[in-house]
Amino acid sequence: MSDTEYALELKGITKSFPGVKALDDVYFKLRPGEIHALMGENGAGKSTFIKVITGVHAPDEGEMILNGRKVEFRHPTDAQKAGIAAIYQHVTCYPDLSVTENIFMGHEKIAQGTKRILWREMHEEAGRLLKELGAGFSPKTLMGALSVAEQQIVEIAKALSLDAKIIIMDEPTAALTQNESEELYRITERLRDQGKSIIFISHRFEDMYRLASVVTVFRDSKYIGTWNVNEISNHDLIIAMVGREISQLFPKKRVAVGEELLRVEGLGLTGYYADVSFTLRRGEILGLTGLVGAGRTEVCQSLFGITRPDKGRIFLKGKEIRIRSPREAMRYGIGYLPEDRQKQGLVLQWAIGRNITLSTLEKVSGKGMLHTRKELDIARTLAEKVGVKAGSVFDLVGSLSGGNQQKVVFAKLLTADLDVMILDEPTKGVDVGAKSAIYEIIGDLAGAGYGIVLVSSEMPEIIGMCDRVAVMREGRFTAMLDREGLTQEAILEAAMVGADSPVNSRRVEA
Amino acid sequence: METRTITNRREFSWRSFILQWEWLLVALIAAVFVLNANLSEYFLDSRHLLDATMGFLDKAFIVLPMVFIILMGDIDISVASIVALSSVVMADLYQAGLPMEWAMAVCLAVGSLCGWINGMLIVRFKELSSVIVTLATMIIYRGIAYIILEDQAAGKFPKWFKFLGWEYVGNVPFILVAFAVCAAVFTYLLHKTTFGRKLYAIGNNPTASKFSGVEVDRIKVVVFTLAGLMSAVAALFLTSRMGSSRPNIASGYELEVIAMVVLGGVSTAGGKGRMAGAILAVFLIGYLRYGLGLVNISAQTLLIVLGLLLLFAVAVPRLNAGQRTVGRT
Amino acid sequence: MSAKIAKFRELGLLAFILLLSVGVQLRNPSFLTWENLNDMITNTAILSILAVGMMLVILTRGIDLSIGATLALSGMVSALAVSRYPELHPLAAIGIGTGVGLVCGLILGFLVARIRILPIIATLGMMNVFRGLTYEASGGKWVSAHQMPDSFKDIATGSLLGINNLIAIAIFIYAAAYYFVNHTRTGRRIYAVGSNPDSAALSGIRSGKILQLVYSVMGALAGLAGVLWVSKFASAQGDTATGYELSVIAACVLGGVSIAGGAGKISGIVLGSILLGILNNALPMLNVSAFWQMFIQGAVILFAVLFNALVKRGIDRNHLMRRKI
Repeated sequence: MSDTEYALELKGITKSFPGVKALDDVYFKLRPGEIHALMGENGAGKSTFIKVITGVHAPDEGEMILNGRKVEFRHPTDAQKAGIAAIYQHVTCYPDLSVTENIFMGHEKIAQGTKRILWREMHEEAGRLLKELGAGFSPKTLMGALSVAEQQIVEIAKALSLDAKIIIMDEPTAALTQNESEELYRITERLRDQGKSIIFISHRFEDMYRLASVVTVFRDSKYIGTWNVNEISNHDLIIAMVGREISQLFPKKRVAVGEELLRVEGLGLTGYYADVSFTLRRGEILGLTGLVGAGRTEVCQSLFGITRPDKGRIFLKGKEIRIRSPREAMRYGIGYLPEDRQKQGLVLQWAIGRNITLSTLEKVSGKGMLHTRKELDIARTLAEKVGVKAGSVFDLVGSLSGGNQQKVVFAKLLTADLDVMILDEPTKGVDVGAKSAIYEIIGDLAGAGYGIVLVSSEMPEIIGMCDRVAVMREGRFTAMLDREGLTQEAILEAAMVGADSPVNSRRVEA
Repeated sequence: METRTITNRREFSWRSFILQWEWLLVALIAAVFVLNANLSEYFLDSRHLLDATMGFLDKAFIVLPMVFIILMGDIDISVASIVALSSVVMADLYQAGLPMEWAMAVCLAVGSLCGWINGMLIVRFKELSSVIVTLATMIIYRGIAYIILEDQAAGKFPKWFKFLGWEYVGNVPFILVAFAVCAAVFTYLLHKTTFGRKLYAIGNNPTASKFSGVEVDRIKVVVFTLAGLMSAVAALFLTSRMGSSRPNIASGYELEVIAMVVLGGVSTAGGKGRMAGAILAVFLIGYLRYGLGLVNISAQTLLIVLGLLLLFAVAVPRLNAGQRTVGRT
Repeated sequence: MSAKIAKFRELGLLAFILLLSVGVQLRNPSFLTWENLNDMITNTAILSILAVGMMLVILTRGIDLSIGATLALSGMVSALAVSRYPELHPLAAIGIGTGVGLVCGLILGFLVARIRILPIIATLGMMNVFRGLTYEASGGKWVSAHQMPDSFKDIATGSLLGINNLIAIAIFIYAAAYYFVNHTRTGRRIYAVGSNPDSAALSGIRSGKILQLVYSVMGALAGLAGVLWVSKFASAQGDTATGYELSVIAACVLGGVSIAGGAGKISGIVLGSILLGILNNALPMLNVSAFWQMFIQGAVILFAVLFNALVKRGIDRNHLMRRKI
């Protein structure tokens, strides 16, 4: 097939950021009128890839060819003008302005002479686009009053109004319900029929089977391969995304599981999760997985006192408790490693030592007065214990790599007297070397008698580390898997594949 | 897992020692002294210099908690109104027959209450910035002062009340002694206690602080209450100096106090700055005012100078770093 | 849903204005006299002109505490000008005042947009600089009525086509503002910058220019208001309009302008200004001492912003409940 057949082609794209290579010699080909799925684990490079296509980042190496012509984007508006639009999971919009304005901001329709805004024409055009997409709301509605699904439709309308020929959808169904996803499928197919090319990123296999004709897989910032959707099985796709046989990576020690530490009954928070119940024992590692937006982090944050649940009860060592703040949670012995280590876990402007002691300042002080000597000693001891690679506890945390930063957050957790540790995506954005170090830390913690809740989107991690796994989908638990039934298919099925969607179980003959 | 030794000793660097903001302030103070000595022969007299502090140190009490507030990334423009209200209430009650000691206690209580209200509003209504809340309370508190005293003055305090603002301990003005004590306490609080560490944490990253178990809300309420209390302390000294109280006293104090804090190197973005700098700035601005006053530069020209100083203090670090928090009024 | 709230608020304001007027009239029949109404409306005219500028600033998540000082400075300069050159045409006087205000606004805009100083700090600082300059310019003295030529004083008392000048100017400014804010790209982009500054940057909007614009417009309007003020009161003093910015902010907040930026309507600030104007006028009529005015103003601002916050919480909660989880 000659090059001009492709709507978009990327060759040899490489992009690095300080400390991490986000894309490593990546290839991609998109045909006109094709829905092309892009799959890969978190951190595989998909987001950076999209940012390169939409002009947010310029690649360090490689080239981009649009309709047979080489292009270079220096600003997102360049990509916009070239007919490329992206729709994200988290819609960035103007909540105080109407749908019409959100669609047309930056390219409003104006009268020739007076430059007056042509409201009637804009509302009509917006209404037309919305109708085409099957939306039921008026273009004069305020953006902030719409649901996430409706806002996404507006984003698509915006892309169409910019005459986009290539539309990228980044996990669009992550925050949608079943019905809303159906709507989105219909709209996407409509767009394809109109000749647009679509890159569809999703973790849900049902999305892929329903919409895509081709699928490309990235793994660890590299391009793995491209297949026709009806020619590759679930199993092989998973292997492509994950790469290696899971069991070898993780030294899962058999740990004696002790008494019940934490019990949760019927926990619910309006709009985020409902009917959440589970128990956690000493020495146990309970996995909590599901798609982004399934409600896992919200459950964790309720257990840590950040947001109080509306319903349900929490029992610690048999006694019912109410957790009203993170401080109280820690006093009960519950600790939390936050999902976003830079915004929630660390004070980036500070040194390692100060970060480590922040949650337990009482331990390094007497009657409120700080004991600097003691603080530095504790900081050093813990930093060394978790293996932080740094010269001194005075090194700024902002200058450390992702893996090292995460170790600092672990060290901070270890200063407190905890029984339960909730770890939210502990190896997100962490390189392989640091990852195995962190797994070892987690294993040691379980061995030392902590009860651990491990929230993760990475299959190998979940399967390799956990004794039991709870799977969430749209705010509820859909499965609780034991070690014996802990296979990738089982997890993915509970998390990603709906009950009545096609599952491709044909195996490719070796 | 490999073990690796990390040092917890900090190396001393001459360069970072010299390049501190506080040295710039020292240099500026020296410049001010030189300027004023040239302008007037009365300036460089140790007795006069000490006496001069009686004129500007009343505001300085407010500077101490304001450092905390700005370090956290907030602001309080109602402090001048709190000074006025506490003073007015005290004067009114005294005139109504309450013993002076009690009236002074009430003054402190009123100030603390006003500060507490500020804190509670800011913490309960996180949608509202500290700017708009303290803007509203600024008007309300002074408004109440006007309702109480209308446009009258209330005064005729007992003779011993003058001690606060006019008398000496040995050769040193009492107000300077009092300020030194307060400054020592606040400096200690900020730099040597867990409370101070938490303030810096909140200013740099309130989210991470919350996730680390720092009781952000409670600390904010405490800090704003402190600001109210110290405003009332300032009211005591100011009222003692003036000999009477009116609802329009302390006009413009919020500008000067904020100027002193910001000039002292405390960044309005939060999380950076030291108490020593603010204290130096107090004397810098105080003596600048005093010196210019000696040569009869009008109060209004002083206003211009002060406004420009404030802008200069904020602009210089900005031009270096070039960052700003969008969305905070 | 929020559109309904906005309509509800405006109707509520209107209803409150009517109720208040009726109530005051019942207590003191001299309220609804031609003379009183005229006085009230001309005062409100000046307030509402300033409210237009303040709304633009607040829309961008900013605030401007210096407008009282700008008003005083421009008023003083134009008063000094006509007292020294009595042959000066009133339009020239207006031009001078507006020009001074514009310069003040440009400086502020530069500080906020270029040097990126927080608006509260920038306006707090310049407020004192402008006020100080006002005193300097006047040499500490007032410019009083007999130093002003009649042509100047007539600016406020004269009429255009049968309508008092001040009201006519206010109406004109409102019409222009309405058009600008609702029918031009720049006007809409002001909303965008306040509603979501990050998205605005991605949409290619130059927020620096927008910020520079709103502060400059605010300054120019304050300058204009300054001339009108000193003409109306036939006196220019160093402490003219001290604290007036707070009334302007109150009018905006009452009129539904969101302090968080991105939301606010012209119709709202018209009603807000009228309500505040009535309050200021009615209080003395009701024998409420003038010394309650400040307190009431502060209370009004506080309740208005708290009310807005609570309403928004209700709306957000509503959205969460629709998620069917």
